[in-house]
Amino acid sequence: MRKIWWKILCIAIIFYVIVMGLIGPVPRLAIINESIRNTYFHVALWLAMTTLLFLSMVFSIRYLNKGKINDDDIASELAKSAIFFGILGCLTGSIWANYTWGDPWPNDPKLNGAAVGILIYLAYLLLRSSFEDEQRKARISSVYNIFAFAVFIPIIYILPRLTDSLHPGSGGNSTFGSYDFNNDIRKVFYPAVIGYILLGLWLAELRIRMKHINRVQEESLTTGDKVAH
Amino acid sequence: MLLYVVSTVFVAYLSFSLRRNQLTPIVWNTLFWIIILFTAVNAIAKSFSQERHGRLMYYYSLCSPQAIIISKIIYNSLIMLALSGIGFAIYSLVMGNPVGDIGLYLISIVLAAIGFASVLTLVAGIASKADNSATLMAVLSFPIILPMLLMTIRLAKNALDGLDWSVSTDEITTLLSIDLIVITLSYLLFPYLWRS
Repeated sequence: MRKIWWKILCIAIIFYVIVMGLIGPVPRLAIINESIRNTYFHVALWLAMTTLLFLSMVFSIRYLNKGKINDDDIASELAKSAIFFGILGCLTGSIWANYTWGDPWPNDPKLNGAAVGILIYLAYLLLRSSFEDEQRKARISSVYNIFAFAVFIPIIYILPRLTDSLHPGSGGNSTFGSYDFNNDIRKVFYPAVIGYILLGLWLAELRIRMKHINRVQEESLTTGDKVAH
Repeated sequence: MLLYVVSTVFVAYLSFSLRRNQLTPIVWNTLFWIIILFTAVNAIAKSFSQERHGRLMYYYSLCSPQAIIISKIIYNSLIMLALSGIGFAIYSLVMGNPVGDIGLYLISIVLAAIGFASVLTLVAGIASKADNSATLMAVLSFPIILPMLLMTIRLAKNALDGLDWSVSTDEITTLLSIDLIVITLSYLLFPYLWRS
C-alpha cells in the first residue's frame, strides 16, 4: 500500500474534472460557446504531454551522467505515455476544430507542428527498437531524446507564434490568460493539468514495473541456464 | 554526389519540360529545396558509415570527440555549400531563374546548408550505430529538419518576390538561432555517442 495516495488523488481529480468540466459554469463567448469546455481536455492534455516529455528529457540527461539503466527505462516510458497524450490531444483538438473552425484539420502551423512533433517521438521509439544491446540502446536513444526535445519546443511553442495561426497566442491573437480565462475555468483547468500529469506518471510507472519484472525474469533464466550447464 | 544533384535537377527539368510555362515561382522554389534536402540526406548519411571500424578507433585514440564533431560539421557544411551552390547554378540554368533578390536567396542557401549539415551530422552519427542505418537516417532526420526547411522555404520565398530585407529579418534570426542550438547540442551530446 505504499505511496498509494497520489493514485487516489489522480482518480479524484480526474472525476472532478470530468464532472465539473461537463456541467460546471463556463463563460459565454462568441463562436466558441459551450465548446470552451474542451479547454479542460485539449489544452490540459498538451500541457501534460509537454511536462511528461520534459521529465523524460531530464531522465535521459540523468542516464547519460550516471549510466543507470533504470533512468533510461523511466525516460522511454514517460515518452510513451506522452505520445499517448499527444494523440489524444490531437483527437480532442480535431473535434474542437470541427465545430469552431469548421474543419477537423485546418491548415494551421500549430497543427502541423504537433503532427511533426509526434512523428519525432515515434521515430524515437523506432530508434529504440533497432538496437539489441541494452546499454548501447539506452545511450544512443538518450542522446536522440535530448535532441528531440530541443527541437520539439520550438516546433510547438515558438514557430507557430511567428506566423499566423488560428490558435490563441499567435499571429496577433492574444494568449489565453489575458481575456477569457476567468476563475470558473481556472478552478477546473489547473487541477485538470495536474490530474493528467499524475495519470501519465501512473501509466509510465506500471510499464516501468513490468519492464523490471521482465528483466529480472530474463536474468534469472540466463543465470539458471549457466547453473544447469 | 555532384552527379547526384546534376542528374536530379535534370530529371526534374525533363519531367517538367512539357509544361515549362506552368511552373510557378512557388513550385520552382519548393522543388529546388526538396532536391537540396534529398541531396543533403544522401551526402551526409555517409559521413560516419563509410568509415571503417579501424579508422574510427584510430580517431578515437587521436583526439577528443568535440574536435571530431566540430570538424565533421565544418566539413559537411563545406560540402553542402558546394553542392547547393552548384545545384542552384545548374537549376537556374535549366529551369529558368525567377529570383527577384539574388543576394537574399544566396543567404538563405548558406544558412540552410550550414543548418542541414549540422542537424544531419548528429543524426548520421546516431543512425550509423544502428544496423539498418539508411532507413533510420531518413526516419530520424525528416521530422527534425522540417521546421528548418519550412523557415528556409519562407525566407527563399521572400527573396523570390524581391521583398525588402527588413521583412525577412525574423526568418534569418530564427534560422540562425536554430543553427546555433543544433550545433551546441551536437557539441554537448556527441561525446556520449562517440564512446559506444
